[in-house]
Amino acid sequence: MYRVDLHPTHVCDCGKFRLRMGKPLPFGATIVPGGVNFSVYSHAATSCKLALFNKHEPKPFCVIPFKDEFRIGNVFTMVVFDLDHENLEYGFYMDGPFDAREGHRFDKTKVLMDPYAKVIGGRDVWGKTPNWDDMYQHRARICFDDFDWENDHPLETPIEDLIIYEMHVRGFTQHSSSGVKHPGTFSGIREKIAYLKELGVNCVELMPIHEFDEFENSRTSPTTGKMLMNYWGYSNVGFFAPKAGYAATGKFGMQVDECKTLIRELHKNGIEVILDVVFNHTAEGNERGPYISYRGIDNKTYYLLTPDGYYFNFSGCGNTLNCNNPIVRNMILDCLRYWAADYHVDGFRFDLASILGRDQNGAPMHSPPLLETLAFDPILGKCKLIAEAWDAGGLYQVGCFPAWGRWAEWNGKYRDDLRKFLKGDAGMVGCMAQRLQGSPDLYQGQMRGACASVNFITAHDGFTLKDMVSFNDKHNEANGENSSDGCNDNYSWNCGHEGETDDPRINRLRIKQMKNAVAMLLTSQGTPMILSGDEMANTQFGNNNAYCQDNEISWIDWGLLGKNRELFDFFSKMIAFRRAHPVLRSRTHFQNRDYTGSGFADISWHGTQAWNADWSAQARTLAFMLCGGHAKGGTVKDNTIYVAMNMHWEMRGFELPKLHDWMSWHVSVNTDAVSPQDIWEVGKEVKLKNQSEFLVGPRSVVILVGKGKR
Amino acid sequence: MESKFSVSCTGETLKVELCGRLDASNAEVLQAELKKNIGQKISKLVFFAKDLEYISSAGLRVIIFAKQKVGVDAHIFLIGAQEGVLNVIKMSGLDTFMTTQEAFNE
Repeated sequence: MYRVDLHPTHVCDCGKFRLRMGKPLPFGATIVPGGVNFSVYSHAATSCKLALFNKHEPKPFCVIPFKDEFRIGNVFTMVVFDLDHENLEYGFYMDGPFDAREGHRFDKTKVLMDPYAKVIGGRDVWGKTPNWDDMYQHRARICFDDFDWENDHPLETPIEDLIIYEMHVRGFTQHSSSGVKHPGTFSGIREKIAYLKELGVNCVELMPIHEFDEFENSRTSPTTGKMLMNYWGYSNVGFFAPKAGYAATGKFGMQVDECKTLIRELHKNGIEVILDVVFNHTAEGNERGPYISYRGIDNKTYYLLTPDGYYFNFSGCGNTLNCNNPIVRNMILDCLRYWAADYHVDGFRFDLASILGRDQNGAPMHSPPLLETLAFDPILGKCKLIAEAWDAGGLYQVGCFPAWGRWAEWNGKYRDDLRKFLKGDAGMVGCMAQRLQGSPDLYQGQMRGACASVNFITAHDGFTLKDMVSFNDKHNEANGENSSDGCNDNYSWNCGHEGETDDPRINRLRIKQMKNAVAMLLTSQGTPMILSGDEMANTQFGNNNAYCQDNEISWIDWGLLGKNRELFDFFSKMIAFRRAHPVLRSRTHFQNRDYTGSGFADISWHGTQAWNADWSAQARTLAFMLCGGHAKGGTVKDNTIYVAMNMHWEMRGFELPKLHDWMSWHVSVNTDAVSPQDIWEVGKEVKLKNQSEFLVGPRSVVILVGKGKR
Repeated sequence: MESKFSVSCTGETLKVELCGRLDASNAEVLQAELKKNIGQKISKLVFFAKDLEYISSAGLRVIIFAKQKVGVDAHIFLIGAQEGVLNVIKMSGLDTFMTTQEAFNE
C-alpha cells in the first residue's frame, strides 16, 4: 500500500534529499518509512537548520533549512528521506537573538546536539582524546528500536525487599584484578552477575550512565601527576543516550544494545536496575561554558536565570536546569518514560532532587508540579522513585521531600546517626531507635512508611566503609583542590591509627566495626543500600570525594576479595539473613504494640536489662526485639529476632527477654567472634546454653533468633 | 576478499553464508533476501561466518532482524566465526540467543 502521508513533497536546495513536513511529536529523530522525522523545540529561535554529517566527519555533508511551512508553533519538524541511518550524525543550527540580559544566547555558528538524542557519538571510547578542533563534539545519532527483550519486563520487587548495591559502571571492573574480558563496561558488569548473585543483592543502582564528557574540567593532579577527569559523570551531555564510553561496543555505536543486554541479563537473575539520574544541571556550565545543546537551542527555557540573565548555581556545577518550566518538565518526563519503557529500568535515584522542587525563580515550591507529575505518571507507575533530598543551594528536605506516598529518600540522617553510634558517641541511643525502625520521626507523620527511608552508611559520595574505620579526616590532596572539596563531617573513626597499619589489634577492630555497621544496616527497617566494594573492604585511601579519580583510587581492587574473604562471607550471610526474615522488611512503621495476639509487641526495646533500655545521655548500648508474629503486619510468620548492640569499649552482659516456653534463643551473629563463628547460615543457628543472658563483647553486635515448635 | 552472501533453504533449515564484510553497504540487501523467508517454517537458522572478516552494527541488526522475523522459534547457529566478529557479537549480547560453534552438523 502506498501511504500518501509518507511521500516527499519538497526537495532540499542541494537536490540530494527529498523532504516533507514532519510530525512535531515525538521530539528528536524518529525512523519513519523511507526516512527520518526530525523535530526540535525552540521558543525564541527565528530559524533552524538541520546539519547532516557522515559519522566522525568534521563538516556536514548537507545543511537543510527548515522551511517556514515546516514549523508548527515553536517546533521545527521535517522528514528527510533516503538517509543512510547507520552512518549518520545530525545537529541543528539555531538562529535567534543574543541578549544575555533577556536570557537569550543564540549563536547561529554553533552546531547543537538534539536534546532528545538517543545515541550520542563523540566520546565513543572512554578516555580517548577527542579532536578539540571538531566543531561538533557531542554528535546525535539515530537510534534503532529493534532490541530483542525476550519477554523481559521490570521485576517490580517491592521496595522494602530490595537490597541496593550502588556501583560505578567503569569503577566496578576497570581494575586489572577484575579479570573480565571488557573492563569498565556494561559488558564487564554482565560478567560479574554470578558474583552479585553470590553476594545476594537484588538491585544495582548505577551511578550516572547518561552520556557525559569525561574530559569536562580535565586537568593534572598536582600530587600524583595523573589526569583528573569527570569520572563520576554527574554532568549530563544528553539525557536520553547511554554513555558510549561505558560500552565495549561504543566504538561500533552499539551502546544501546549493550546496555539493554545488561539490564535484560540482570533481570533474568532477579536483579533490578535503578539509574542515578542528574536533572539538576547540564555539562554546559555557566556563561563561560561550551555550547552543547540547550544553551543554543533555548537558553531561557532550559536554565534558571537571574534577573540579569546569569545562571543560578543551585547545583554547584555552574548552571541549574529549569525543571519546573513546562517544556523542561515534559522533557524530564519523556526521558524517564523512555528509560522505563525502552530500557526496562526498575527505578530512578534523583541526584540533588530538591532542585526539582524549585520554581522558575529558584524558590522552593510547596507542591512542585514536576515531582507530582512523576509521582502519578502511569508509565512510571511501578518505578522506584528515590530522592537525594537536598541540593547545593542549601535546601535540605530529608524527611519532608514532597512525596505523594511515592517518593523514597536517601536518608542522610540514618548515615550520620549510625556512624556516630558506631564509633561510640554518647547520646545516640534515642536517634538510633528511630533509624532502626525506618525513621518514623521523619516519615510516619506523612504516612510514608518505613520504605520511604533508603538506609545507607556509605555511598559514592564520602568514605568507603573501610576508609570510614581507617581515617578520621579526608585525604583529598590528589583532587588538586587543597582538600577544600569533599565533606568535613564524616563521623568516622580510624580505630587508633590514621590509614593503613600493620597493627593486628587495630585491623581486627576495623573488621569488627565494618561487620557491626552492616549488621545494623541489614537489621534496620527501610531499604538498605550498600556501596560496591565495601563487602571486600575496598579503600579509596582516605579520599572522600573521588569524583575526578579515574584510577586505582576509585577502581575496585578485586584482589581484596581474597584478602578479606571473611568480610565478604559476613556480608553475603547477612544479606541472606535479611532476605530470609520478612520481619526485617516491614512496609509500614511499627505500632509498638501487640496487635496480633502473639504475646509480644511488634518491636520492643531492651538494654543490659531486658525490657528496660537505657535512654540516658551516656548510653552506648541498645537492644531490640522484633516479634515474628508481626512480620509484614502479621500476614506472614517469621522467627523472632533480637539484636543487641554494644558500642561501649567494654564488654556488657545483656539480659535476654524471655520467650514463650516452646521457643528458645539461637545465636546467628556475634561480631566479637572470629570467622566462621561470627555468623551462622540461616537455619543453622546455634542454640544458646544460657537463655537468660548474653555477654556482648566490646564494640560488638549480636543477633539472636527465637524459634521453636509449639 | 569480496563481500557477498548467499541464502538457501533446505527443508526447515535456512542457511546464510557470509563472506567479507557485513555492514551498512550490504546489510539492507541481505535483509531483503531474508525477508523472502518470512512465514516459512524454519527450525534452524544457520549463519556460516568462517569467511566473515568484519561485522558492523548494521550487520548485527540484520541478525536481530532474522531472529525476530524469520526464525522466531528457530534454533540459531553461528558457525566458525573469526575472533573479531565473535567478540563484537558477544559484547553486544547477541550470543545469548545463538549457539556458536566451529562446524555445523546437519
